[in-house]
Amino acid sequence: MPRDTGVLVLGGGSTGCGIARDLAMRGLEVTLVERGNLTDGTTGRMHGLLHSGGRYAVSDQASATECIEENEILREIAGHCVEETGGLFVQRPEDSDEYFQEKLEGCRECGIPARVLSGTEAREVEPYLAEDVARAIEVPDGAVDPFRLCVANAIDAENHGARVETHAEVVDLLRDGDDIYGVEVRHESGPGKRTHAAPGTTEEITADYVVNATGAWAGQIGAMADLEIEVRPSKGVMTIMNVRQVDTVINRCRPKGDADIIVPHETTAILGTTDEEVPDPDDYPEEQWEVDQMIDTLSELVPILEEARTIRSFWGVRPLYEPPGTGTQDPTDITRDFFLLDHADRDGVAGMSSIVGGKFTTYRAMAEEIADHVCDKLGVTASCSTADEPLPGSENIETLEAGMDDFGLRSPVARRSMQRLGSRASEVLETDEPNPVICQCEGVTRAEIRDAISQSGSDLNAVRIRTRASMGNCQGGFCCQNMANELHPTYDEETVREALDELFQERWKGERHALWGEQLSQAMLNYALHATTMNRDRDPASATGDVDFAAFDGGRAASDRVDGTRGAD
Amino acid sequence: MAIEDDVLVVGGGLAGTTAALAAAERDVQVRLVSYRQSTLRNASGLIDILGYTPAGDGPLVDPFEALDDLPAGHPYERVGSEAVREALAFFDGIVGDAYAGAHTDANALVPTHGGTVKPTARYPTSTAAGLASDDRDALLVGFETLPDFEAPLAASHLEAAGAPFTARGVTVRFPGIGRDDAKVTRYAHLLDHDEPVETPAGETTAREALAETVRTHLEGESRVGFPAVLGDDRADAVRADLGDRLGVDVFEVPMGPPSLPGIRLEDLLYEALEAAGVRVTTGVPVVDYETDGEGADATDPERIDRVVVDRNGAEVPHRATQYVLATGGLVGKGVQSERDGVFEPLFDCHVPQPADRYDWFVDDVFGDQPYARFGLPVDRDLRPLDAADDPEFSNLRAAGAVLGGYDFAAEKSGSGVSLATGYVAGRRAAEGCR
Ligand SMILES: Cc1cc2nc3c(=O)[nH]c(=O)nc-3n(C[C@H](O)[C@H](O)[C@H](O)COP(=O)(O)OP(=O)(O)OC[C@H]3O[C@@H](n4cnc5c(N)ncnc54)[C@H](O)[C@@H]3O)c2cc1C
Ligand SMILES: Cc1cc2nc3c(=O)[nH]c(=O)nc-3n(C[C@H](O)[C@H](O)[C@H](O)COP(=O)(O)OP(=O)(O)OC[C@H]3O[C@@H](n4cnc5c(N)ncnc54)[C@H](O)[C@@H]3O)c2cc1C
Repeated sequence: MPRDTGVLVLGGGSTGCGIARDLAMRGLEVTLVERGNLTDGTTGRMHGLLHSGGRYAVSDQASATECIEENEILREIAGHCVEETGGLFVQRPEDSDEYFQEKLEGCRECGIPARVLSGTEAREVEPYLAEDVARAIEVPDGAVDPFRLCVANAIDAENHGARVETHAEVVDLLRDGDDIYGVEVRHESGPGKRTHAAPGTTEEITADYVVNATGAWAGQIGAMADLEIEVRPSKGVMTIMNVRQVDTVINRCRPKGDADIIVPHETTAILGTTDEEVPDPDDYPEEQWEVDQMIDTLSELVPILEEARTIRSFWGVRPLYEPPGTGTQDPTDITRDFFLLDHADRDGVAGMSSIVGGKFTTYRAMAEEIADHVCDKLGVTASCSTADEPLPGSENIETLEAGMDDFGLRSPVARRSMQRLGSRASEVLETDEPNPVICQCEGVTRAEIRDAISQSGSDLNAVRIRTRASMGNCQGGFCCQNMANELHPTYDEETVREALDELFQERWKGERHALWGEQLSQAMLNYALHATTMNRDRDPASATGDVDFAAFDGGRAASDRVDGTRGAD
Repeated sequence: MAIEDDVLVVGGGLAGTTAALAAAERDVQVRLVSYRQSTLRNASGLIDILGYTPAGDGPLVDPFEALDDLPAGHPYERVGSEAVREALAFFDGIVGDAYAGAHTDANALVPTHGGTVKPTARYPTSTAAGLASDDRDALLVGFETLPDFEAPLAASHLEAAGAPFTARGVTVRFPGIGRDDAKVTRYAHLLDHDEPVETPAGETTAREALAETVRTHLEGESRVGFPAVLGDDRADAVRADLGDRLGVDVFEVPMGPPSLPGIRLEDLLYEALEAAGVRVTTGVPVVDYETDGEGADATDPERIDRVVVDRNGAEVPHRATQYVLATGGLVGKGVQSERDGVFEPLFDCHVPQPADRYDWFVDDVFGDQPYARFGLPVDRDLRPLDAADDPEFSNLRAAGAVLGGYDFAAEKSGSGVSLATGYVAGRRAAEGCR
């Protein structure tokens, strides 16, 4: 029977998008479905550390080696998503010398460039490090933008003919006896780009092969075809500071622990994280003590964090997996390696494999291995080229930097726009139209917002992850409305209103965890702007019941009016 | 030597300036000390009294009818509805022709730059022709370089809100604005001074060029609305001039920060302070206070003897008989917080609050937000109360956003509360000097 597509990939995180790109580049026909936006799962809720492998250099050298290899590849193929910050493993007086030595040797064994700095040297690199930091190991950690990288993979997959459907939730697996041949999806607003207020539809998509890359949700997908996949979701918190207290990734040099990494990311620094198993990846408590722990513990490394302003916190859920019967108690002990579960071998059900576990840093290598497996299943011989071909935005970065053009923008705005857009900068920013700044905190202009809208429909969260608009200090208080304005007239007023409400509510979700000090003042200002100045909380357009306009003050007497009529008073 | 006055007002926003003016009318020497820019620069310039009840009913046609039903502890309940009327009349007297709305008790519905409408009691004259409760058709004009106001979208939004007229929106290029990120004050300046501008048709003046640009879009509407950038010092002349050229009534749609109508109101209030002989010191914070030890026994509250002003590092004592605290709320920084609590930073007055930080908010961004009500509880004389409901000090009153027990954003009552409590605090402070 002819199928709708060759390979159907479930899940639009780094794993799914990486697989889709890889297979599409090998010439396969690929469809990817994602229930929310790209990166809505764990990928958009991770720490942003491009591992050097140093973290695993003692406990898991295979992972460490893979990290450094992939780290080097991503700097090449995804330069516009990576900031080469470097990283330090810092030792405090109470941290063991022995472990410090093991870490150093481990790095060297895994091929991770590592150099010891004295406490003084470390503070020359990072002046805010605590006075009693004894010494540090310098490694090539980096900061990575998971949104940009994941979206670039999806765009490239599309460039190679793939179909990418967001807001398309898999609601059932199509199974015929011992054969899985596709899925049923529910499109939130019909197929294609998302439009708020458009009605939902369902679609059956059949495929020669299905790849389940839904991470922490893989078990839920498996259950649709009575397959058991033992994912152990484990949550972690991350707290975002309003400025970069550090420009280098700071790791605590001790065996393992919570709250031991600070990653500088764009204009912010992100503190993280924790590791705690949760029963449901969609519903788990987000608690005050977790946020407090980030600040209190990491202040031991960088004391000014104690007084600093945080702008929001967020949680992510690791898709940890361990083979049945391993029985590890503490989630921090579960391996960070990934597992490819071929349900034909494992459960006697053909047509689908699931991928669980792994790391963002090694997404490409994972995707390569899975794509090899799929090709093998389908009898296709084509080899992987994802390590050699730069992602859209990272082509010819050198020529871009050499021929810097400001596109008529103020230079800080131009610089930030070009960092985000990479080699796409001129395509996006060259315009004869006025190009005002829409998001002041992040320096995002109209042209960039419109480019993102053209990719993602009326979904302003999809615009946000592409541009960083509304992700700065004001958390959208000043720019959400302006972002929504750019949807019009392509989208009608009702659609724009719903899109704006959704973005504003999403911003609040994370900001709730930063509500003290400056950020509480900011929250009140944002609330006043939207509720007082604009009356968006009691908007008659969204409320039920009509307003009797004629009963209100209609202005002054006839003599004052151009057309001589009277108002309603 | 301490600087001596009868009444010292701390904070120069709407509440503080009103308190100072109300006190100065009673022939006492008043000083106002204010640190940073007030909330007026962020606010729209509209004077809301009450648009919705605390339960969310509304929009209210008559705000005064609802005042007597407010819960105990609400600032309006503390001062009483008669004081609200008096304060509003006092405000009307200060601002004169610059504001409208005094001809009726009914609220007006004003279009906002987001395209919604909101109930308000007094509005700048520049907004008067734009009321959504007026039934004439309107043309809204936005500018390509001003992304805060998308006129066609606002027009459709007004329609969705049920406004009783046809609104259309157009987006045009503002003649003479070359930079994509020009500040709103730049637009205002161009029009204030009617500067020469280049257009495809040759050199002309800013107002003429803008009128020409808009003229071609008119389809018989008798009123035309612009974002609130139509002049600063000479806003009335700019509007009149544009109106004459186009043969329509011209109005402004209030905008977010920096808000020209808010800045114009601030200018007006500071002129009134000068005229009333109030001594004004801005740019410096009050940082500390001392009591005189009197009345420190169990029953009597303490008296503030003096406050300390930090003038670039030099601590200058300021002494007065009566003090008014009008330092604003969370936005003005009269109420501040840390991870483990909310506090009033100057006199350390009691701020009621849930002990757990995660009870300061609710999950719906527009839900009933506890943090929005943070502020000081006061007695009917507006004296801040301690945890045992006793006055913190005998000669300190509080006014405006520093007060707790109301959510001005949800109720649309911000300026009204600042006026009413500022007025009462100022009057009582002056009376307390005798
Ligand atoms: C707190 C934390 C910090 C981390 N920090 C780092 C780090 O610094 N560096 C690093 O390298 N790695 C880090 N990781 C690990 C990394 O984030 C993950 O391994 C990686 O993002 C997983 O990607 P994924 O594509 O497998 O899963 P996901 O990104 O979760 O993708 C799965 C997708 O499937 C979708 N989906 C679910 N159900 C359905 C359905 N029914 N229909 C359609 N779609 C569905 C989801 O919406 C989701 O988008 C961190 C993880 C956590 C939790
Ligand atoms: C964005 C926004 C929009 C609004 N829109 C409207 C509207 O449309 N209609 C309406 O009616 N209301 C509106 N309001 C509400 C209204 O503006 C405020 O409630 C009101 O202005 C508060 O005035 P205030 O004088 O109490 O405080 P503020 O205006 O905050 O003034 C307090 C002043 O005290 C100073 N200060 C603080 N601490 C010290 C110190 N230690 N020493 C000296 N000075 C100090 C501050 O620097 C500041 O200048 C809005 C508010 C906001 C934030």
